[in-house]
Amino acid sequence: MSEEVIAILIMWTFIFVYSIFGSIDFGSGFWAMVYNNHKTMAGKIANRFLSPTWELTNTFLVLLVVAFVGFFPKGAYTLGTVMLVPVSLILFFLAIRSAFMVFSYSVQGYRRAMFTISGISGVLIPSLLIAVLPISQGGFIAGDLSNQTLLLGKLFSSPTLYLYVLFGLTSELYLSSLFLADYSRVSNNEEAYKLYRGNAILLGPLTLIAALFTLMFIPPESAWLIDNLREQKIWFILSLAAFLIAYAALWWPKQNRPGIGRPRFTLLFTVSQYGLASYGYGMAHLPYIVYPDLTIYQAFTAKSTFYSLMVMYIVGLAILTPGFYIFWRLFLKDKRYLQQD
Amino acid sequence: MNTVILARAFFGTSLGFHIIFATLGVGIPLMIVIAEIIHQVKGDKDYAIMAKRWTKAFAVLLGVAIPSGTIVGVQLSLLWPGFMEIVGKVISLPFQIEIFAFFLEALFMSIYVYAADRLPPYFRLISVFFVAFGAVASAILITAVNTWMNTPDGFKIKPDGTIYDVQPWDAFFNPSFLSAAFHVAITAYMTGAFAVASVAAFKLLKKRSEKEKAYHLKGLFMSLIVAFVMSFVSALSGHHSAQILHEHSPEKLAAAEGLFDTQRYAPLAIGGYTDPKTEEVKYGIEIPWALSWLAGGTFDTEVKGLYEFPRETWPPFYVHTLFNLMVGIGTLLLGLAGVVLLYWWFLVKKKNKTFPKWLLWSLVLSGPLSMLGIEFGWVFSCSGRQPWTIYRVQTTAEAATKNENLGMLFLLFLLLYAVLSVLTILILTAYFKRNPVSKDMDKVYG
Repeated sequence: MSEEVIAILIMWTFIFVYSIFGSIDFGSGFWAMVYNNHKTMAGKIANRFLSPTWELTNTFLVLLVVAFVGFFPKGAYTLGTVMLVPVSLILFFLAIRSAFMVFSYSVQGYRRAMFTISGISGVLIPSLLIAVLPISQGGFIAGDLSNQTLLLGKLFSSPTLYLYVLFGLTSELYLSSLFLADYSRVSNNEEAYKLYRGNAILLGPLTLIAALFTLMFIPPESAWLIDNLREQKIWFILSLAAFLIAYAALWWPKQNRPGIGRPRFTLLFTVSQYGLASYGYGMAHLPYIVYPDLTIYQAFTAKSTFYSLMVMYIVGLAILTPGFYIFWRLFLKDKRYLQQD
Repeated sequence: MNTVILARAFFGTSLGFHIIFATLGVGIPLMIVIAEIIHQVKGDKDYAIMAKRWTKAFAVLLGVAIPSGTIVGVQLSLLWPGFMEIVGKVISLPFQIEIFAFFLEALFMSIYVYAADRLPPYFRLISVFFVAFGAVASAILITAVNTWMNTPDGFKIKPDGTIYDVQPWDAFFNPSFLSAAFHVAITAYMTGAFAVASVAAFKLLKKRSEKEKAYHLKGLFMSLIVAFVMSFVSALSGHHSAQILHEHSPEKLAAAEGLFDTQRYAPLAIGGYTDPKTEEVKYGIEIPWALSWLAGGTFDTEVKGLYEFPRETWPPFYVHTLFNLMVGIGTLLLGLAGVVLLYWWFLVKKKNKTFPKWLLWSLVLSGPLSMLGIEFGWVFSCSGRQPWTIYRVQTTAEAATKNENLGMLFLLFLLLYAVLSVLTILILTAYFKRNPVSKDMDKVYG
């Protein structure tokens, strides 16, 4: 395996991990807004998860950017030039969301308004983030290599963008519902669990339909991608199988106790469902970062930089792993945290 | 305005905004660590209250520091794509390690804030230590990239711009890294300490109960000692940074001092401004031989003047004023901290006097002044490098985006920064008005 392929595999892993955690993070913000004063405490549970974790998720987003600049500097050049407007908007909403989320814990009066602002930004950010996919498929960039511009008008009038957004949003809400269903069950709140389980049952098939439409409406400029996706169809078949098992597990009886569904099992299988599909999509996308001008080979960094980055990733991961473990114990497992009122 | 100037104004504003929160984000955790240690050692609960209240303020500031840092980090690629292409190849290492420091800070910040009541005391101390460590490590690592722009190292470049023979660790430990990183960390501690002193002095201006007065005096004393030590060390490290300028960025030093002719026994020009017409410093005070001595340690050290370099690579003349403001503020604050501590020792402690109002008011100003010093220092460092983004490798014009949409986005972000600034102040005042010290004291002492 060449260095370029290793680097893009690491990038995919980061993107995949962020898309899962980001979905859960932004989705929890959305549910916290919707169930703000709900009798089941579903909103409170979403917030309990969000408070200690959003900073980490945000850090992961910065990691994505930094890793991309380090591994594929030429890619940073192209995407930095082209994505000025959409990424600036993402940054704008991200700042609003984080600030208002933190502020809402310090003031009493305006809490509801602040929840609403951070909740709505939490829907807008992922919609803008996923726009990078249709853009990278080609057809939305004009100009020569030294001065490229994004065809904003064409992008915003193209159905493929909105289908991607639809797919992204349904996935965000599906994943976060599943996560919060599991989190509610660990917190021993069966009422909130039922609520989130119900949302997941509704959203699951919607994500599938959205994915199907997104694939069907890939524009003719991106025919290359459709051909490549066909070659990778085994990953999508496996992904569909994972979905069906995960979805079915929402009706399996609970172990040892009365109750329906195995949210932890569903969540894990759903994550692997997205993992398999992402891998298939990534393989089909190779060797392009942005079609047709930029491949991973042209964009790659200096070899010595690549190797020193790899060493530092291993060292960094070794240092951080105990920290993540403690964190997980304290906020995702400790009953004293989960069952407070 | 052309795109390059607009990009500079845009990025400068983002950075200038972020630096306020980033600096306090490094400085305040140190104060929290010290308060926690004193609390554990002395068993004085006032310090636990301090640590708790500062953490609350810090958490609110972090709510702006994190997104504004994210903005700056990503805007680098958006506004300076040409620059980031070289950065990615040569100096991405510190950026990447910075992410780990950032993770460390975020992890332990959440643990310290949301799990404190479930943790044994020693683990609280460990968590807040890691928060402080992560914060200062981030600052140092980011400074590594900035110093590399000033004194690039660790790669070779062909005339057509191809980069080869990259040595990432040499780029990391470039000639000005250690000196500048130390200066950045120490001045952040200094600013955090003065910020705390400002608030404590402000609280002492009004009449308060004896218990509260004692509480604020403890905070004032502790922060002043830290501020004094850090100001002193930052003066020394600033001096060292100037020597590095002399060695590696002579144009910058020449522009900072308004020195045009290369000379031995060069004078130090304090104050005044550099007149672009006559090419000399007007209305400044000249101390003979002092610049040579400061730059090289001997009076006969030759200091290069601007005439030594092609005119199109001269930094802007206003950097002389920025440099003076930075050094002036640092010196003034060192003096102020010294005076207040002497007053304390001889008059407050021994003769039982109280601090006069004017001294407290000067202390109230010390925090904002220190922050201004930081801002001037950064603007000096970056304008003094012009016309280069990477010194003698890439000009700012080559680095900048060619996108024409900057104007509207700049306005949008100006609005964002204004809203966030106002909200931060409102939220902090509202919170501390609703939760005065007396309330915390009642809770702790019953």
